[in-house]
Amino acid sequence: MRTPSAAALLLALLPFAAMCFSVPLWDRIEPRLLGLPFNFAWLIGWIVLSSVCMWAVYRIETRRSRGSRAA
Amino acid sequence: MSAAAVCLAIIFSIVAIGATIGFLAGMNRRMDLEQWTVGGRGFGVLLIFLLMAGEVYTTFAFLGASGWLYARGGPALYILAYLTLAYVVSFFILPPIWEMGRVHGLQTESDFFGVRYGNRYLAGLVCLVGIASFVPYLQLQLTGLGIIVSVASYDSIGRAPAMAVAVALLVAFVFNSGVRAVAWVSVVKDVLMVCAALAIGIGVPYIHFGGIGPMFTALAHARPAHLTMPGSTTQLGHAWFISTVLLTSLGFYMWPHTFGATFTARSADALRRNAVVMPLYTLTLVFIFFAGFTAVLVVPGLTNGDLALLIMVRRSFPPWFLGVVGGAGALTAMVPASIFLLTAATLFAKNLYRPLCAPRMTDDQVARLSRAMVVVLGLVSLSLAIFSSATLVSLLLTGYAGVSQFFPGVVLGLYWRRVRSAAVLAGLIVGVTSAVFLMLTHRDPLFGVSAGFLALCLNFLIVVCLSLLGPAAARDARGELARPAGVLGDWPQKQQA
Repeated sequence: MRTPSAAALLLALLPFAAMCFSVPLWDRIEPRLLGLPFNFAWLIGWIVLSSVCMWAVYRIETRRSRGSRAA
Repeated sequence: MSAAAVCLAIIFSIVAIGATIGFLAGMNRRMDLEQWTVGGRGFGVLLIFLLMAGEVYTTFAFLGASGWLYARGGPALYILAYLTLAYVVSFFILPPIWEMGRVHGLQTESDFFGVRYGNRYLAGLVCLVGIASFVPYLQLQLTGLGIIVSVASYDSIGRAPAMAVAVALLVAFVFNSGVRAVAWVSVVKDVLMVCAALAIGIGVPYIHFGGIGPMFTALAHARPAHLTMPGSTTQLGHAWFISTVLLTSLGFYMWPHTFGATFTARSADALRRNAVVMPLYTLTLVFIFFAGFTAVLVVPGLTNGDLALLIMVRRSFPPWFLGVVGGAGALTAMVPASIFLLTAATLFAKNLYRPLCAPRMTDDQVARLSRAMVVVLGLVSLSLAIFSSATLVSLLLTGYAGVSQFFPGVVLGLYWRRVRSAAVLAGLIVGVTSAVFLMLTHRDPLFGVSAGFLALCLNFLIVVCLSLLGPAAARDARGELARPAGVLGDWPQKQQA
């Protein structure tokens, strides 16, 4: 099975770093964003950013597979 | 009409409309095994999205998430993180799984293990663990249905009769329609669900506090500790959060039904696009979260948190609205429950019974046996749901501890040539037994870390070490892994493109 590129994997690790491993850094109430507690708002923001990351991964990977098919 | 009658009438009509749509979707298609289980492998981006989204929005999200927010607070935020990260993982594992499914005509997760590792014990064990993990998940949906009906009837109908009626409906539905019907009923259910979530998540804080911001201000003032981890628990801190998010996001596509949904896709690209879009769907859950937080202040003191959302709706809105929410909730339990029934029954008939007891069964006979199993499984989970009192989220986490143990076998099977079937088998056995042991002896979480995650680490370690000890796997001349002949005596006769 063709392994994904390093760039794609790094981009995909970003949501993991932000939403999972860094929890002690953002698990607090203040500063409130749009009235929401900070931890809640942080996760909502990263749901959207994760989708952006995956869009970039999609672009990278489809370009690669098109390249390898042409070769 | 009394409030309870209005409410129940609306719930019943919504369920009836949903079921009708399901029956219509299944009509005019010959239901062979392939059509019933993987929809003839013809689902495009839209239908896949609907099917997979439908599998996300279950009673767990609707009543369970708000229930945990109500009873435990901060730790429930794990749900937002794990769903999003599960789609990130899916980008890398689903397309190759789909590719393998197309080449070898795979229909189930157990088929995958059979073809990749050529070990009948491994394939059989995957099948058994899969079915066993479904039981708490099914039980969760039925418990949710019972809660909905009893709250909507203003406590005049007990949970047990409500659940019995629900099981009967479910079985009839699954019997007649298969996976395509499920995808279309998902549409009805998700539209209703999102509307209900918006109305509750924005409406209730507005009615009681004048807005979402003021609601959080009041909550931060009254119960500040509830908003962060470990919330109103003692053990569910940051280590629990990280380990549980990892366990569940890696395990999400290891459920036999989510894994199986992969095979309904028309192309690998449909699955990749899906992984880009799906995280956004998690946003609809945010409104359920608003509702769960609001319930802490509006309906304090409930012993069962899973009731919080509905009791709050009952107190804040007129009966007809409780009916709509209840109807949406009922479909939300029934759609996933029918997927579980369908998958578990197919697994049993195709991957356990046929290979072990009756190798000569035809596909049609397997399809018939699957349908009989639907009834049996429905009754088993009904009896469990009646006699158990676990919360919805803890039921789900129990199932996850089981299915996540497939992850090393799947991901290493896709990306690492050297992995050996005996190693995967050993890892799976150790992983499942240690998870079951820790949970039964009430050691979950252990030292603040999720027990299922510890079991998964152990499993991974064993698979990698044992694989490194052995020789590299045999390959044929083209450098592909040699496909073992006659595994389980059941390798797909059909090899269609």
